[in-house]
Amino acid sequence: MREWVRQTVEQFGRDRHQLLEILGHLQRGRSYLEKETLLAVAEELDLPAAEVYGTATFYSLYSTVPRGKHIIRVCENAPCHIDGAAAVLAAVQAYLGLQVNETTEDGRFTLETTSCLGICSAAPALMIDDDVHGNLTPESAVGILKNLA
Amino acid sequence: MGQSMKSMQELEAIRERARKAMQVRQNQEGGPVISVAMGTCGIAKGARDVMMALVDEAAKRGLDSVVVTQSGCAGYCEHEPMIKVQLPHQDAVYYGSLDERKARDVVARHLVQGEIANDYVLQLPGGEPLA
Amino acid sequence: MSMHRSHILICSGSNCSHRQSRAVRSRLRQAITETGLEREFKVIETGCFGLCQQGPIMVIYPEGVHYCRVQADDIDEIVQTHLQKGRVVTRLLFKSGTEQSVELPKTAFYQKQKRVVLRNVGLIDPENIEESLARDGYQGLAKVLDTLSPEAVIAEVTNSGLQGRGGAGFPAGRKWEFTRKAPGDQKYVVCNADEGEPGTSKDRLILEGDPHTIIEGMAIAGYAVGATKGFIYIRGEYQLSLQRFRQAVAQAKEYGLLGQDILGSGFHFDIEVRSGAGAYVCGEETALLNSLEGKRGEPRYKPPFPANFGLWGKPTLINNVETLANIGPILIHGADWYRSIGSPECPGTKVFTLSGNIANRGLIEVPMGITLREIVEDIGGGIPNGRHFKMAQTGGTSGGCLAVQHLDLPVDIPHLAEVGSSLGSGALLVVDDSHCMVDLARVFLKFFAHESCGQCTPCREGTTLLKRLVDKIASGSGTAADIKAMRRLSTTMQMTSLCGLGQTVPTPVLTMLAYFNDEFMEHLDGGACATGVCRAAVKGVV
Repeated sequence: MREWVRQTVEQFGRDRHQLLEILGHLQRGRSYLEKETLLAVAEELDLPAAEVYGTATFYSLYSTVPRGKHIIRVCENAPCHIDGAAAVLAAVQAYLGLQVNETTEDGRFTLETTSCLGICSAAPALMIDDDVHGNLTPESAVGILKNLA
Repeated sequence: MGQSMKSMQELEAIRERARKAMQVRQNQEGGPVISVAMGTCGIAKGARDVMMALVDEAAKRGLDSVVVTQSGCAGYCEHEPMIKVQLPHQDAVYYGSLDERKARDVVARHLVQGEIANDYVLQLPGGEPLA
Repeated sequence: MSMHRSHILICSGSNCSHRQSRAVRSRLRQAITETGLEREFKVIETGCFGLCQQGPIMVIYPEGVHYCRVQADDIDEIVQTHLQKGRVVTRLLFKSGTEQSVELPKTAFYQKQKRVVLRNVGLIDPENIEESLARDGYQGLAKVLDTLSPEAVIAEVTNSGLQGRGGAGFPAGRKWEFTRKAPGDQKYVVCNADEGEPGTSKDRLILEGDPHTIIEGMAIAGYAVGATKGFIYIRGEYQLSLQRFRQAVAQAKEYGLLGQDILGSGFHFDIEVRSGAGAYVCGEETALLNSLEGKRGEPRYKPPFPANFGLWGKPTLINNVETLANIGPILIHGADWYRSIGSPECPGTKVFTLSGNIANRGLIEVPMGITLREIVEDIGGGIPNGRHFKMAQTGGTSGGCLAVQHLDLPVDIPHLAEVGSSLGSGALLVVDDSHCMVDLARVFLKFFAHESCGQCTPCREGTTLLKRLVDKIASGSGTAADIKAMRRLSTTMQMTSLCGLGQTVPTPVLTMLAYFNDEFMEHLDGGACATGVCRAAVKGVV
């Protein structure tokens, strides 16, 4: 792990202003940034650990706690809201048996809400990992989840 | 085809080249239009080769504003492949029984020199040119 | 070079991608190969056509026939009927009411639009720099480097009357001048592409559809203010924008339009692409600077302004994506041309993202000063499902909520300010009469309470308190004192919040209280929600 952090830091440059890019790279393909990873980054960049932790927790695309294999983000901003986002969220919650920001026991799904995904022409929308799905109904949203591996 | 440009002239040259490649997408309203009848009958008698010859000849002669498009069967299957040449502010002219060579000839005579290629003009049964 | 007699354009923007446009594109390429038509037809993946509601959209040139809602199963018919026989597949044409159109540009949706910023979006292949060059890409930069001094460039931008399109509406030319005059050897140009305003996707669709126009705008800005280095900060969720922009920067470098000694002029300029990581507040310019420095994206106190003390304390020019997209055309055609578009006090065009209860949701560009009614009824196609217009929110969630009496209002920066709203980032949310304003206020305030960065007290506490008050009103237990408290809190936040986020939270709140006051009153003291929305929603939450 240590070596991997060092390589990443060297790839982007041993520079504080690369911290977001470094964290983004380290989290790619994983569900979260472990404490050890953050400590190693702090050491490599010669920054206080609190600075690295404070930065990582400021941004919603980084997580410092384990999340599921699939991250489901339901948009609940106004354009989706007026097209029935609340019913979609309720259906997803009921299907997964989760509240927002919880992870299923088998570690497959984490449910989050998100700010606007920018596809308001197809509201309501949700995002599963990197894929955006639009024009949802409560039924179709659950249907998409059922098809997930 | 990337090339590092070092002068305004090089930029201009690349722009010209790029423009030609995109000409098909520019708004051609009011420019010359050749439409090729591409019904099953036309295609069976070689309309597609005629169309490609028209495109190629127009490109070779730098006729960038000419649009080559296609239409359905015009009902004169006997005379396929046939085309309609529409120049701005002029009556449309129909040519029939074309092949690649004749098509290139139409481009050279009608579009470049502005003369109707009478020998290929489609004749109706009564001897009247189709208009 | 091979000449194709026909070009088939198909949207590869992200608003179409979720509608299976990827499958449509691959099926089309496959069908063209199978039928041996590769020599005749060239398939080009473009950016957004704007009518996202009707996507995926396909256009076949030279005929200019537009097909809407094309699915993979439609491809065989398009190939056999249109490509092979030249007949239009009428069932896939755009229909709006009784209107059926072969060419979308001839529909009401496009007729009232004026495309300056979006001139190439949906027409060119954004991944091919030569298509940009064919459409006068980098001609503005070439003209500037060849014939104009930095001062003359700034004068042109100032005279054009262009105002920032990111939300604040500050005159662009003056911002450039401040940065030019600020002392310092090292200066920076930053493009703010951290588009997070709910209901807005215009910057993303510009970046996806015509990235080179932004590179050109940044390079011209660099020349004008005396910067050799630019950064673009793109929202982390916008993966396609990031990918296309990185590719465009690489191509521009390869062609010598970025880097050392551009076009033999002696001017150097480079651009670094940076990704955001999910924080609405980073759209605020000083928060964005902190984020670029690798820190928490918390806003800074102003003054000093970024023009004097920006990235790493150096003079920095920060412009929005849409602002920069106007620069090339202004330098090519001149300030007078730009002033001839739009209204006298607010020249140019504005790109809007239309969302909500409106027939033609999508991306549009209109001259400033067009009326709200023209946007909603003519371009937007009106309110669907037999409902009626109730509210239009301009400027995104931090914008004002306008009512039916505002429909004939000219939409531009000064006119919207007069009624307490703002042009903001160009979101336009239309809401019909089945919705409750109190319920919508809850949605807005939940968003702000979540996105407030927590640095300053008025915003951190104010957003949460406002949210609680509105929840109380929605539940039926609110009183007139709560409405008064909302007004007072809003005024305090406007006056004392550190940055634009906290200062604009009150905009939707106060306009709602002004124009939909009766509806809030109905909810007080156990009163009912006329639409029935609040009772159901509150029950769901509790």
